[in-house]
Amino acid sequence: MRTRLEVNGEVHEHEHEPRLLLVHFIRDLCGLSGTNIGCDTTSCGACTVLLDGESVKSCTILAAQVDGQSVTTIEGLGTVDDMHPMQQAFHEHHGLQCGYCTPGVVLASISLLAENPDPTEREIREGLEGNLCRCTGYHNIVKAVLAAASVPGAGEIPA
Amino acid sequence: MSILGNRLLRKEDPELLTTGARYTADVDDPRLQGAAHVSFVRSTEAHARVNSIDVAAALEAPGVVAAFTAADIDIDPPPLVIPPLFPEEMRRPWLASGVVRFVGEPIAIVVTDHPHQGEDAAELVFVDYEPLPVITAAEQAMEEETLLFPEFGSNISVSYGDGGDPDLFAGCEVVVEQRIVNQRLAACPLEVRSTAAVWDGETLVMWSSNQNPHNSRNRLAGIYGIDREYVRFICPDVGGGFGPKINQYPEDMILPWVARRIGRAVRWTETRTENMVAMGHGRDQLNIATIGGSRTGDLQAYRLVTIANVGAYPSLGAFMPSQTASMAPGVYQFDRVETRGVAVVTNTTPTEAYRGAGRPEASEAIERIVDVFAAEIGMDPSELRRQNLISPDAFPYETGTGLLYDCGDYEKALDLVLAEADYPALRAEQRRRRRSGETVQLGIGLCTYVEITAGPFPGSEFAEVRVHEDGSATVYSGTSPHGQGHETSWSMIVADELGIPVDRIRVVTGDTEEVAKGSGTYGSRSLQLGGAAVKKAAAELAEYARSLAAELLGAEPVEVVLDKAEGASFHVAGSRTRAKGWAELAQAAASSGGLDAAASFKASQPTFPFGAHLAVVEVDVETGAVHLTRFVSCDDSGRLLNPLIAEGQRHGGIAQGVAQALLEEMVYDEAGNPLTTNLADYAMISATELPSFDLVALETPTPVNPLGAKGIGEAGTIGATPAVHNAVCDALAVFGVRHLDMPLTAEKVWAAIKASTAGEVPS
Repeated sequence: MRTRLEVNGEVHEHEHEPRLLLVHFIRDLCGLSGTNIGCDTTSCGACTVLLDGESVKSCTILAAQVDGQSVTTIEGLGTVDDMHPMQQAFHEHHGLQCGYCTPGVVLASISLLAENPDPTEREIREGLEGNLCRCTGYHNIVKAVLAAASVPGAGEIPA
Repeated sequence: MSILGNRLLRKEDPELLTTGARYTADVDDPRLQGAAHVSFVRSTEAHARVNSIDVAAALEAPGVVAAFTAADIDIDPPPLVIPPLFPEEMRRPWLASGVVRFVGEPIAIVVTDHPHQGEDAAELVFVDYEPLPVITAAEQAMEEETLLFPEFGSNISVSYGDGGDPDLFAGCEVVVEQRIVNQRLAACPLEVRSTAAVWDGETLVMWSSNQNPHNSRNRLAGIYGIDREYVRFICPDVGGGFGPKINQYPEDMILPWVARRIGRAVRWTETRTENMVAMGHGRDQLNIATIGGSRTGDLQAYRLVTIANVGAYPSLGAFMPSQTASMAPGVYQFDRVETRGVAVVTNTTPTEAYRGAGRPEASEAIERIVDVFAAEIGMDPSELRRQNLISPDAFPYETGTGLLYDCGDYEKALDLVLAEADYPALRAEQRRRRRSGETVQLGIGLCTYVEITAGPFPGSEFAEVRVHEDGSATVYSGTSPHGQGHETSWSMIVADELGIPVDRIRVVTGDTEEVAKGSGTYGSRSLQLGGAAVKKAAAELAEYARSLAAELLGAEPVEVVLDKAEGASFHVAGSRTRAKGWAELAQAAASSGGLDAAASFKASQPTFPFGAHLAVVEVDVETGAVHLTRFVSCDDSGRLLNPLIAEGQRHGGIAQGVAQALLEEMVYDEAGNPLTTNLADYAMISATELPSFDLVALETPTPVNPLGAKGIGEAGTIGATPAVHNAVCDALAVFGVRHLDMPLTAEKVWAAIKASTAGEVPS
């Protein structure tokens, strides 16, 4: 079957098996390896992307289900020299170590601020429950998101 | 002013945050174009005779290139990890043949064009099993009724220590004993195991999610009978290690054989479910702690007996009882200490090192039994600790287990956390809730710990520093980071020595072709050995550059000074205009081998970081639910190079320590079936179960290395588990509960309350 998706503003159209998951469409057919796979039970959130602006776990969606929709991955935010406010906040607060959960956590955090622009620490912890991290103990992730909440644009996807 | 000690933001971050890192599964090297994918058929039985394996149907499936069983493999299995220590009869095969010994053990290989074809085809391999009796618990293995290796004649793979002194507790007014289960855990790095292999002519090139590239290279060279220079082992970005990625596994090390057999590059990335049953587990010790002392709280004697369940084949996990034994007495001054331990095999996943690796078991045992002793004599646990701590003027201090603690101020660490947490106020609040019979009770738990880093044999680490003709520098380090920020830290050390700005310094790790030698990253060794080696190499390079500058400037080397300020240059003392910059010197050295220095740093002994942790929990006596509400830690790892990175290490370790106390456990049923084989069933800790941590600073530089640094990677797991465990037991003391084993789930806590009382807080 054939699926057409807008990924980070670019149109990607590929022929694939019906059972192909969105995460494999992104990684294997679009060649975007920033989205990681951490489990096989929709538990870890490493594969989180934004689908029409809302965070979803891309291992839990068939590529075919989202034909015609728009996806944002970590590569679609800022660049090394011009990071998105959320990326910048993670950098400034040491919110990442090995980096494996990071793309998913950053995207989930943007979605969290889009829904709740002024979250408490507890709301951030609950909002990120679906994103597991083994390195940071979540301490600096929470700190980064709290700090990002006061930066304009931290809860928005770049146009 | 030195850059060392600053909270420099990590150089690694911008790339990780924007394009994402490049993990093994992301590697798109041209040599891996068209690589075949390897899938493993794994045992579904914990212990069984294998009558037959039929791969015929799998071979007919779409995309299948080949299928192999043990009978096809014509090379010897990898040598034991610690050969003289473990019995040869227990050496692990490439693939199970004849007998399977744990659920998840690889039994056949299926090679396909695409990964999903491998998943399908692996299901078509038919294995005829004949079940054998199953052992899952350490004490059951000790009975020796069922043997995993009948030809060896025992389930005990290795024994440590001796003991049996009948007078150990002579003269002690009070002696208490506690059986403590240190449950089996899964390390859960977010990146699972992943490896790619290709033969590039005569050279084996391998990419792997691993912590120790040079050692992995050496093992592969041995297995394949080739010189080390014909193996290039590359660790790309690694998505977390935590110990089980120190050594490669049969699944990794057989890939070159498969690649040669099919004449094609191969890749293997496991699933999380495979990872949970086939990557090494951690902990799994039964510790029996006995402590004796006076009614007034003078601790005199301690015995620790350890039975470690190391799974089906002894690997690094079988070494852990000796680590536990050596650190058994912790921070206390005892007259007599006795330890012994065994590592027994069972029908479970083999164990490996896991963050802390033997020391969390030691601190858990001593810190629990000290609390039990305090309760027995009716003394506040902070007072009992204070009364028995090794005093600051006793260092270097030789322990009853033969180690030499380098330095410490244990009482100061304890005082700092007690003050930060306002301990008297917490106790007052606890008394109030107890008196009023509130349904949410308070528990306060302490841990004062010391651990060993870069131990037990510190060895050495290698570094090379090269300055290029544009004045920039490259560091080649034998450490192999997976989140620890070496790119930033090693750049800071070189900047401090040479005056070259951090952003003009590149750091290369994890590639045996680029880095001459190394021993990787584990055991909290990297900064104190690898960082010290970088400092030494940079210092030697500066000396070489000074002599070169002197020659070019027509001066004596002693007259030439390095000005590390902006535009770093060597100049003749008193004459800033007679100067040579790094770029000029590198250009001048180009014809004579370049501006380069290599050095190894060897430590005389391990270092012994220490600290104190305090946990506050609320226990809902109606539901048994435990909430960790506050966590205060003081972790002294000597002089800090970058406090931001050190704090990050503490945070992560604390979370894993809390996870063991409250949530995580690898569970097996009696038939040896693992029940927690994915992240939905295994209770890996999330953000909601944790508070933010309150970190208190303390720096006692060690004399063991020129950086004054001790390891910080594992401190969190060593202190946090007993602190939280003690807090829950403290909350439950009011119900007469002396000890409950981890993880302290709501169900377990609720049952303990119900069993002891009617569930009401006794008046």
